[in-house]
Amino acid sequence: MQFGIFTVSDITTDPTNGTTPTEAERIKATVTIAKKAEEVGLDVFALGEHHNPPFFSSSPTTTLAYIAAQTEKLILSTSTTLITTNDPVKIAEDYAMLQHLSNGRADLMMGRGNTGPVYPWFGKDIREGIPLAIENYSLLHKLWREEFVNWEGKYRTPLQGFQSTPRPLDGVPPFVWHGSIRSPEIAEQAAFYGDGFFANNIFWPKEHYMRLVSYYRQRFEHYGHGTAAQAIVGLGGQAFMRSNSQAAKAEFRPYFDNAPVYGHGPSMEDFTDQTPLAVGSPQEVIDKYAGMREHFGDYQRQLFLMDHAGLPLKTVLEQLDILGEEVVPVLRKEFATNRPAEVPDAPTHASLVAKRDAALATAAADAPATV
Amino acid sequence: MSDVKKIAVIAAGLSQPSSTRLLADRLTEATVTDLRDRGIEAEVTVIELRDLAHDVTNNLLTGFPSTKLDEAIAAVTGADGLVAVTPIFTTSYSGLFKSFIDVLDPQSLTDLPVLLGATGGTDRHSLAIDYAMRPLFSYLHAVAVPTGVYAASADWGSGSDSASSTLPARIARAAGELAALAAASDRSSRVIDPFALPEGFSPVGSFGAQ
Repeated sequence: MQFGIFTVSDITTDPTNGTTPTEAERIKATVTIAKKAEEVGLDVFALGEHHNPPFFSSSPTTTLAYIAAQTEKLILSTSTTLITTNDPVKIAEDYAMLQHLSNGRADLMMGRGNTGPVYPWFGKDIREGIPLAIENYSLLHKLWREEFVNWEGKYRTPLQGFQSTPRPLDGVPPFVWHGSIRSPEIAEQAAFYGDGFFANNIFWPKEHYMRLVSYYRQRFEHYGHGTAAQAIVGLGGQAFMRSNSQAAKAEFRPYFDNAPVYGHGPSMEDFTDQTPLAVGSPQEVIDKYAGMREHFGDYQRQLFLMDHAGLPLKTVLEQLDILGEEVVPVLRKEFATNRPAEVPDAPTHASLVAKRDAALATAAADAPATV
Repeated sequence: MSDVKKIAVIAAGLSQPSSTRLLADRLTEATVTDLRDRGIEAEVTVIELRDLAHDVTNNLLTGFPSTKLDEAIAAVTGADGLVAVTPIFTTSYSGLFKSFIDVLDPQSLTDLPVLLGATGGTDRHSLAIDYAMRPLFSYLHAVAVPTGVYAASADWGSGSDSASSTLPARIARAAGELAALAAASDRSSRVIDPFALPEGFSPVGSFGAQ
């Protein structure tokens, strides 16, 4: 079971004092936050991709490579990589490069973005969002698995004998998650390839995602990648903790009430009832997240949103201390208890290389010994 | 086909008691009576949008409905017939009425028989049913019955003879039109697959595996 954090890279005014970090401050803070994640024992840091203020992260691989150079074990991922508006050839190249520089500590999550104008900014049509995600990934998948690619589709110029470079590290592509809020087509796509499915459930009630995850699990089994219980599932989360519940609520409330996505809407109490947001003592957060697998089945990756809505860096780092030292160690034990042996861990570069080698060895053993 | 039809009622009045609710109740009662005359029982769910005003706003902001609002949405979208009544504010349906419509899946009212009703201070605004409400439901592919019922304040103080008010007659006619369509509807017994993939969908795209 992997635990980590994901960020949308928003530059938001702190509602308690009216200060707004500069781009430079926020970018440096993000690097500090990622390094802190490794320091407190988290497994994953995932960074969003946006092409408009108030977000800074238009170029995730640059940032992730910089973080990779300053960390040892942290897995660098995205939340999300825009499979719709990026050229799949450039994604293949950028993330293979990141995979090399990070010694295999890179994976990525495909998404379609949440800002309509991104499509026209990159010459695309938002009404084609799903077909773009499907076709572009089809090409990306091929570019990482075949040396020379002949390809023709609707959305980019054809390729003849094209070789993307660098080739994936050890000939094994980075693991891919497909992120979705509501589209069954994306769950179907993830299941078809045997890729991971990340249900970004932080803004919506769990019932919706329970159905979506269940659908993905069934289709994963249908396509022959294993049992439904072996499908690779990731979930979002959001928490704010202080030693006692009242202090946590009082401190987080102004950030909640003014947050870019849900601010000025439901009360914090209603929102915590309806979504994965947990505001309270570390034990309350543990209780809420330890219950997740009852709703979604045993899963592989839990990411928390910890640094948005104008929370100051100092507070975020304190939160990561609590998360890494008091919450995640307990959750690791809880999740390990009664976890069926057939449920795999989230794929890593090492596990994918081992799997590939085992498959090659099996094939060699089965081949007639005539050579 | 079951012999119980589901009728949902939207009343978008803001005051309590409201003449909008009053009209909605009259229309509903007439519809239920008409269905009963056809040997069909009606199961009625009344949705007072005033009670859901915060939930509707929150849904607009967060993108998801509260449990209470979700139940109301399910009652409307899974009905065999809908009675939709709004006060006319500033030449059109109320903002709350439109906001509720805005949080529905645009496909979810397809084929739904709808009786359009509206209330206002004077009968000068009675055409709002036809220039504002009717196009809204046409866009959603709902089937609005030909007779819309507009009740001005004065209608509530008139006698029931047709010389002083046509309201009772209009209610009866509109309810009959809705009951006829609702009686033939199988919407409430349909099973909706939320994960139905679009026709022709392929996980590798329209050009196929290459």
